[in-house]
Amino acid sequence: MPLLIIDGEQFEFEDGITLIQACEIAGREIPRFCYHERLSIAGNCRMCLVEVVGMPKPMASCAMSVNDLRPGPNGELPEIRTNSETVRHAREGVMEFLLINHPLDCPICDQGGECDLQDQAMAYGIDTNRYEENKRAVENKYIGPLIKTIMTRCIHCTRCVRFMTEVAGVEELGATGRGEDMEITTYLEAGLTSELSGNVIDLCPVGALTSKPYAFQARPWELRKTESIDVMDALGANIRVDCRGREVMRIMPRNNDEVNEEWISDKSRFIWDGLRSQRLDQPYLRRDGRLEPAGWDEAFGAIADRIKSVRPDQMAALVGDLQSAEEMFALRDLFTRLEIPHMDCRQDGAQLNPALGRETYLFNSSIEGVDKADALMLIGCNPRLEAPVLNARIRRRWLRDGLEVGVIGEKMDLTYDYSYVGAGPDSLQALLDDDTYSGTATHPMVIIGQGALARDDGSAALAAAAKFIEKRGGLRDDWNGFNVLHTAAARVAGLDLGIVPREGGRDTAAILDGARDGDIRLLYLLGADEIDLQGTEDAFIIYQGSHGDRGAHHADVVLPGAAYTEKEGTYVNTEGRVQMTKKAAFPPGDAREDWTIIRALSDKLGETLPYDSLGELRKALYEAHPHLARLDALPELSGDGLAKLATAGGSMGTEPFASAIEDFYLTNPIARASSVMAELSALKSAQSEELTGTDG
Amino acid sequence: MSVRRLDPNQPESFEFDDENIAWSKTLIARYPDDKQQSAVIPLLWRAQEQIGGWITEPAIRKVADMLDMAYIRVLEIATFYTMFQLSPIGRKAHIQVCGTTPCMLRGSEDLVKICKKNIAATPHTLSGDGDFSWEEVECLGACTNAPMVQVGKDVYEDLDEASFEAVLDAFARGEKPAPGPQNGRQFSAPLGEPTSLTDPALYDGEPAKKAATDQGSDHDEGET
Repeated sequence: MPLLIIDGEQFEFEDGITLIQACEIAGREIPRFCYHERLSIAGNCRMCLVEVVGMPKPMASCAMSVNDLRPGPNGELPEIRTNSETVRHAREGVMEFLLINHPLDCPICDQGGECDLQDQAMAYGIDTNRYEENKRAVENKYIGPLIKTIMTRCIHCTRCVRFMTEVAGVEELGATGRGEDMEITTYLEAGLTSELSGNVIDLCPVGALTSKPYAFQARPWELRKTESIDVMDALGANIRVDCRGREVMRIMPRNNDEVNEEWISDKSRFIWDGLRSQRLDQPYLRRDGRLEPAGWDEAFGAIADRIKSVRPDQMAALVGDLQSAEEMFALRDLFTRLEIPHMDCRQDGAQLNPALGRETYLFNSSIEGVDKADALMLIGCNPRLEAPVLNARIRRRWLRDGLEVGVIGEKMDLTYDYSYVGAGPDSLQALLDDDTYSGTATHPMVIIGQGALARDDGSAALAAAAKFIEKRGGLRDDWNGFNVLHTAAARVAGLDLGIVPREGGRDTAAILDGARDGDIRLLYLLGADEIDLQGTEDAFIIYQGSHGDRGAHHADVVLPGAAYTEKEGTYVNTEGRVQMTKKAAFPPGDAREDWTIIRALSDKLGETLPYDSLGELRKALYEAHPHLARLDALPELSGDGLAKLATAGGSMGTEPFASAIEDFYLTNPIARASSVMAELSALKSAQSEELTGTDG
Repeated sequence: MSVRRLDPNQPESFEFDDENIAWSKTLIARYPDDKQQSAVIPLLWRAQEQIGGWITEPAIRKVADMLDMAYIRVLEIATFYTMFQLSPIGRKAHIQVCGTTPCMLRGSEDLVKICKKNIAATPHTLSGDGDFSWEEVECLGACTNAPMVQVGKDVYEDLDEASFEAVLDAFARGEKPAPGPQNGRQFSAPLGEPTSLTDPALYDGEPAKKAATDQGSDHDEGET
């Protein structure tokens, strides 16, 4: 444990950390541009210079380890100065060099106000300019529809290049013409193809890479920042929603080492334009085959009239992928009071059963557990599309520690190498039957995706996965290697709350069949859009949600709800972590927070729900489901349910597993309303057509 | 030096010829597993030679595919090293004029003027007939014979305006002028008579004998 003196104070540090980390621990601020905790060390900006006593020149603190320092001739401890005259001069010099070619266009730069270069020039630079030559000018590059480039501003820190290569795993950005004419570009200015590319905007310490959809929209100091949770996938990435007035202007990641570190996917980041279009801002009623604007009372009246004429077993509810626990709880409460048995939150028909125990549908190893895993089997899932940030974590484990990955399902580009075991259930069965495995993995993981679960033999596949991980020694007291990767943000909470058919109830497929046959005469869709509603015209459909998507188009009554940025909601991510969104903006027009709509409707139906405020609702929710009160904590579960699941039999079909996600950019109603997502989706399909074109 | 970009006019494709494919296999095999990417510079160089002096975009992709590298990584290398030409060079000669200090002091700027007049106003540009192109390069290590130019693998040294024009004319006629000093000098020996170490006594063998006796006999044994 090296001892060091920093600015006259003595500290003891862990082995192997760098001087910049040591100074940070000691509470000294070291300016930096190229250094980033989650990227490799480049050491090319020189801003982090410190004085090491005895060294003839200042040292780049990011590229020197505390173990590299030697004691003085009489055994004195190594000493670092971060605030000496030498250091001040060195920083001024570096800053002056950086500013030689940096344009003074801060007033028209989108980074202005949150720019590392701006801040550090103020803090560590000098106030005059000695350079009289022309500044270097660099042509802007096209690198896709998300990232705007103003390359004259680039200071060549290469953070973006390192991020794309190391974290995103897509070697597309590079620095051509190294030297005085260095330029950051993609090969022949092709668009980036990573689902994580938006993160380079945050990483860029200057305004060279900025958000294209957000260009010239707002200044950071006029934005109201709300800390919230992302619902685009089931990871529950921590985000910050920036609003001006009522409008969401942008979405940024928040740091949470246990979930998303500091990355979010492009879908999470650029979804915000979908929050503005296709919004349902007032109730609608279908009259003579057309949806016409109506008042709340009218809409509730129409529902109440219809419910009176329908038996409880002719009614059903389906819950969508973006709903928070509060409204699902209220809806279930109402349906229980109305004695309606048919409800389901599994729009895709995933064969997950909460009765088997919570551990049978959670990502039990936890997202951080990936950093411990030494063998991983992916069954019917494509983490790159289903949870891009999780995929980056798997990639890092593969890159640094040689995680062994196996795949059963489609062949795909995961950004890391894997051994392809097979396409379908027969390969999984063969693995189970194979007794010759001699691997030495101590922390094996299996991740089963919705692609393997959302089919008729899903429960058999789930049991087979549990059996497989048990056989590999992955079900122990200190390690649970059984993981279900969800794709819907609402799913885990839905299963926790028991939004599944009650006794004698129908599941999603049966409900929809019933709606087509006439057995189900009233269907309540709470944000459910990922279903096929063709042929259900005879049923009376109530759609409650935020966007005019598939569900609303088939509805007889439309109740406008709030999107995830407009309500306080509880979400449970795929690993069972309970997190809360906060209200960043108000829902548009007459739209209301979803639980209040259900509460108001219950009043009309004469079954008034016993909570008048969110606090009261949450109290009831926590009483019924105490685990939802433990925010941001991982569940502590026994593996009993899994051991039982592993003994469950069931025969699997022969159909190969396919990923649950067909189009990453269009998985939910908000995304389908976003023009940015539409553009990305079109680009992606054009790219894949081109690929198949040249191959075939 | 200017910004190095790929030429706007690119051929459709690039394939190594059979001889180069055989050569590339032995070359790549020399590197340990997972380090095959180290072969990128020799491969690019061979591609440049085969194409006729410059690197095409299809060649960059070809080399990247052969070494399992991302295209951008090979592009980074091709744009960094100035020995890789990114646009077509003259059929008969590509003149690389050394412009570093010793050559500049001895008149390389005059050579550049001739290039501008006879070949093209800007470097890396083909002459009207496509036979010539030129560029200014950094020190080529022949400072004793400054100023000098390099054409292909040959150097033409001790140039002045007249002799440089003569070299250019010879290339234009399709000849290959004799490389080396163009002013009658032998390599980097003094022009004309020797001016130092002229004493004949230096060469009669006496100094060597004296040195041998001084060093003693044991040293002699060691030398045999």
